[in-house]
Amino acid sequence: MITAISCSGNSMDSQVDTRFGRCPFFAIFDSESGKLRFEENPGKEAESGAGPAAVKFIASQGAQKIVSGEFGFKVKPLFDQLDIQMISIEGNKTVREIMELLKSN
Amino acid sequence: MPRPLKTRFVCSEPAVSGFRPYGGSTDGGSVPVVILCEEYEALRLSDYEGLSQMQAAGIMQVSRPTFTRIYISARKKIAAAFVEGRSMSIEGGKVIYNDGWYVCGKCGCKFESGKKEPSICPLCGGGDCFRKYDPVGEIKRSAGFSAMRGCGCGKRKCLKKR
Repeated sequence: MITAISCSGNSMDSQVDTRFGRCPFFAIFDSESGKLRFEENPGKEAESGAGPAAVKFIASQGAQKIVSGEFGFKVKPLFDQLDIQMISIEGNKTVREIMELLKSN
Repeated sequence: MPRPLKTRFVCSEPAVSGFRPYGGSTDGGSVPVVILCEEYEALRLSDYEGLSQMQAAGIMQVSRPTFTRIYISARKKIAAAFVEGRSMSIEGGKVIYNDGWYVCGKCGCKFESGKKEPSICPLCGGGDCFRKYDPVGEIKRSAGFSAMRGCGCGKRKCLKKR
């Protein structure tokens, strides 16, 4: 299962960005093959509609779960339609910690 | 041009879509009072759940003054409907229904699973460590809520309190 994580940098130790639409990078993690790659968020500098643009990008990567901090009101109905599960976390967690949680299940 | 309205977050849809008066000469035949969904929610959070306006504004994700304006408007409309014997309909408003969230007690994440019931926590994989997310319950559980409403005299610590 592919999971996308919004993060503030492109390394394993960068923190999960609590903003979904305007985070600089997305970590795309495949729990079956264990592969992790980083993709730049195409809509991070957009004037408006950064959230929906990010949703489109996530869907094109084939992700089924998205880990972030907060989701805006434009984003929630889109994810519901696409059947992508939203996971919202609080506090400072790194991409590595999230990966380990995902691997353990 | 004024700024566009902020979207108000509403926990769940109202149970009914309106009210009709009975008895008297009018039977709801006149134009109904339209109560917006956000006004219903403001009334529910403030008067039914007994939250402070600050806490309620946080749940609806609007500023405290905006919440007060919504709340005042709700009371005005309901009073008008009572006095004038008009029916009420609850509809419209710039709202989004923010329901369907679950909280995991093990990893502390909040997740959403569309329309179906979740079977496991998507992050930590635990089977029965999550519960339905309820912002009102969350506030009530946290400290500082107990004895917020006294006997209605307006004082936080009422001397007459039994």
